Amino acid sequence: MSFFKDLRKLLEQNVREYGMYIALFIIMVIFTITTKGIFISSRNISNLINQTGYVAVLAVAMTLVIVIRHIDLSVGYLSGFLGAIAAIAMADPKVISIGMGLPVGVVILIVMALGILAGVFIAFLVADLGIPAFVATLAGWLGYRGALQLVTAGTGTIIINNKIFNALSNDFIPDIPNLNFLPGVHKLTLILGALAIILLIISQIRNRKAKQAYNFEVLPMDMFVLQLGLLSVLLAGITWIMAGYNGLSWTVIIVVAVVGIYDFITSQTILGRHIYAVGGNPEAAELSGISVKKITYVVFASMGLMSALSGILYASRFKSATTTAGAALEFDAITAAFIGGTSPAGGIGKVVGSLIGALVMGSLSSGMNLMGIDISMQYIVKAVVLAVAVIFDVATRTSSK
Amino acid sequence: MKTPILEMKNIVKEFPGVKALDNVSFQVAEGEIHCLVGENGAGKSTLMKVLSGVYPYGEYIGDILFGGQKQEFRSISDSERAGIAIIYQELALIPEMTVYENIFLGHEVKAEFVIDWNETIKRAREMLKRVRLDVNPSEKVRDLGVGKRQLVEIAKALSKDVKLLILDEPTSALNEDDCQNLFGLLRDLKENGVTCILISHKLKEVIQIADTVTVLRDGRTICTLSAQKGEVSENILIKNMVGREIDNIYPGREHKKAGEVVLEVKNWNAYDPALGRYVLKDVSFNLRKGEILGFAGLVGSGRTELALSIFGNPNGYRINGEMFVKGNRKNFSHPEDAINMGVAYVTEDRKADGLILIQDVKQNITLANLWAIANRGVVDDNAEVKVANEYKESLNIKTPSVEQKVSNLSGGNQQKVSLSKWLFVEPEVLILDEPTRGIDVGAKFEIYTIMNRLVQQGMSIIMISSELPEILGMSDRVYIVSAGRITGEMPIEEATQEKIMQKATS
Repeated sequence: MSFFKDLRKLLEQNVREYGMYIALFIIMVIFTITTKGIFISSRNISNLINQTGYVAVLAVAMTLVIVIRHIDLSVGYLSGFLGAIAAIAMADPKVISIGMGLPVGVVILIVMALGILAGVFIAFLVADLGIPAFVATLAGWLGYRGALQLVTAGTGTIIINNKIFNALSNDFIPDIPNLNFLPGVHKLTLILGALAIILLIISQIRNRKAKQAYNFEVLPMDMFVLQLGLLSVLLAGITWIMAGYNGLSWTVIIVVAVVGIYDFITSQTILGRHIYAVGGNPEAAELSGISVKKITYVVFASMGLMSALSGILYASRFKSATTTAGAALEFDAITAAFIGGTSPAGGIGKVVGSLIGALVMGSLSSGMNLMGIDISMQYIVKAVVLAVAVIFDVATRTSSK
Repeated sequence: MKTPILEMKNIVKEFPGVKALDNVSFQVAEGEIHCLVGENGAGKSTLMKVLSGVYPYGEYIGDILFGGQKQEFRSISDSERAGIAIIYQELALIPEMTVYENIFLGHEVKAEFVIDWNETIKRAREMLKRVRLDVNPSEKVRDLGVGKRQLVEIAKALSKDVKLLILDEPTSALNEDDCQNLFGLLRDLKENGVTCILISHKLKEVIQIADTVTVLRDGRTICTLSAQKGEVSENILIKNMVGREIDNIYPGREHKKAGEVVLEVKNWNAYDPALGRYVLKDVSFNLRKGEILGFAGLVGSGRTELALSIFGNPNGYRINGEMFVKGNRKNFSHPEDAINMGVAYVTEDRKADGLILIQDVKQNITLANLWAIANRGVVDDNAEVKVANEYKESLNIKTPSVEQKVSNLSGGNQQKVSLSKWLFVEPEVLILDEPTRGIDVGAKFEIYTIMNRLVQQGMSIIMISSELPEILGMSDRVYIVSAGRITGEMPIEEATQEKIMQKATS
């Protein structure tokens, strides 16, 4: 049977890539069974994604930092600090003395710019002064921790009242009014889901045609249809679940946009190629005309930008800025990247993988919380998952040699 | 015939899909210097890995007898205990440690529970004396040159009471002096009863040092030749290695009249802040269109430094001097500038700074010129495959597909990938740094043929090489570099090995 032979070949060749998806799927099935379906409910999945959002955007940028053989420990407190800056900038000066009362759009732009600035500063320490990233960002970790406590010292927790700001991590996209079919289902979400499936099919077919135009090998037709079918069913399922509650949340839109842009840049553009080249062999990259310094700046600046975004999502999620905001977020991001298949040695790692890694971690928290498992056990389970993921990664890598 | 110290009988070692060793038998007599030669992929390294226990007993078929006894080595430490030591091409010393720490690393001199450092240093001195190396044992290995490091490795092996010393390509990074010194030492050791197996690509050296030579080809033993009986000569060796007679390993080319000057360097000085000294002093030279310009000299004479200082100066030397590209004064502040002006540099060490080993063939080939296959910064993957396949074909890169990781390719094919990368930028000036280091005779011939084709198409090539026959066989004109200076220039008609050597050591 050539169909099953092809299928086996496809699975074997891509076991590394599919491994994470399969792991995520298995975890979700297990929790769905153990929680009698509560886990997979629209409401819980919505919550899960909103809680994962601020880790996911950090993990995506962290992937690139690890790919170019660096690490960034400062991003957790940086995001906490920038979240606090956002809260102060928005706060009404009549309520909080240091408040500035700036409009929300301006605040978001300022905070993002500050994030980039922070990233550029780390890049300067690393690329120009030659300080190891571990040390430079450890200093950042201490510094931002202090800065966060300093700006919140007078006020303690700063409550955020801005509706638009708080919507980012808590609310959903509006529905199209006056549509009467399917009551209780979010119609705009369904439409967006359908659009996504159509776009997927079109782009895959175009891709296939382009390859055929070059006379390159493509997947056998039945495999191609199977792959496309499975992906479409998956997307449709997710869409249906999301549409069943309040529809897509703003966080989903933001995360999908961020991951989409990063995935495009890393896999399709020259900049992406240069990043992986620098990670694979910095000396060879430099001698191939790639400025390692420039790439280091770009990658750390992106890390800073995503720290700012993460800080905004985090503050929005909790509708406040606290003195310990963002603590240990950097390790959640690093963990997500490693679970997602990023190589600690550099040069290898995909942003989509890190998103899956973040979802795996988020699912574990959410599922175990629903089951009422103690937080101490949760950490131990996560430790095992991380170790298993890395062992799987190493094992498949050596066997592919 | 003396008694054999080592007998390997009917060794078979298979990897998935390949039979690396196919019924190899190999015998080494006690107290001889035995050379093992063969093209890349002939099975030399695999055979030595079987012997040293890197491929443990049970993963191969066949018997190993050492010192008359059947051996079942399961790890390197097993074979070391029996008195076998291997010194690899890539030296296994720890640069940040001192010479004496390195010599006794792994078998430290103990007094009760702590290391007896005084005794260690004393014994290290004795070992260094045995290898005739005059350095302070407290010096850090980092501060020693390659030749001296190699002697430290040998001292380390001797300190373990070695009976059989295996050297894998020991001279590939050594200059002529260090080479002769090493050979002198090997002869000394022979007098003292240490048997030696030498893997080498350099046939001249093999002829000079070997008592016996075994030739491997395609995982089989082809022949064992005795120097005493006068069976060892370059022609015979080459014939057995490649299975055909090569009367000239350099493809012929008409030395036509060279064109206008495309690259000129005047009064070029480079100071290396890391070393705290000048690496280049008052260097002037010119390169003409359509010629191969040979840069001869000893290892460490400053040729690579010269190439790097021209090619955008990635090491950050402080440079003063003038450079002209096609008559226009230029200053490259990054390799990118050099590439944009049509200068390409194929590095000496393809693994360290030439290729990205974890990436595949196509990604390596297009890396330096991605704009050519991109549209507004977006890479066209299909165009990339097409380009890579074209080079795979025209340079005869042996790989199942261009999606293969470069680390899975043999040395010669890796070199062709490296060359493809730079040909894809379509340079006018191509700098080749040791273009045939560590690759087999067949692949060398192919690289030479490609070089000839390129200059005929009007490219200008600078070839840095430490192998004099290569310089003489390929160049149109030769510059000789010694201690950071140009000490001579001659057209190929006037050049001889003796003349070049004399200038290179002046």
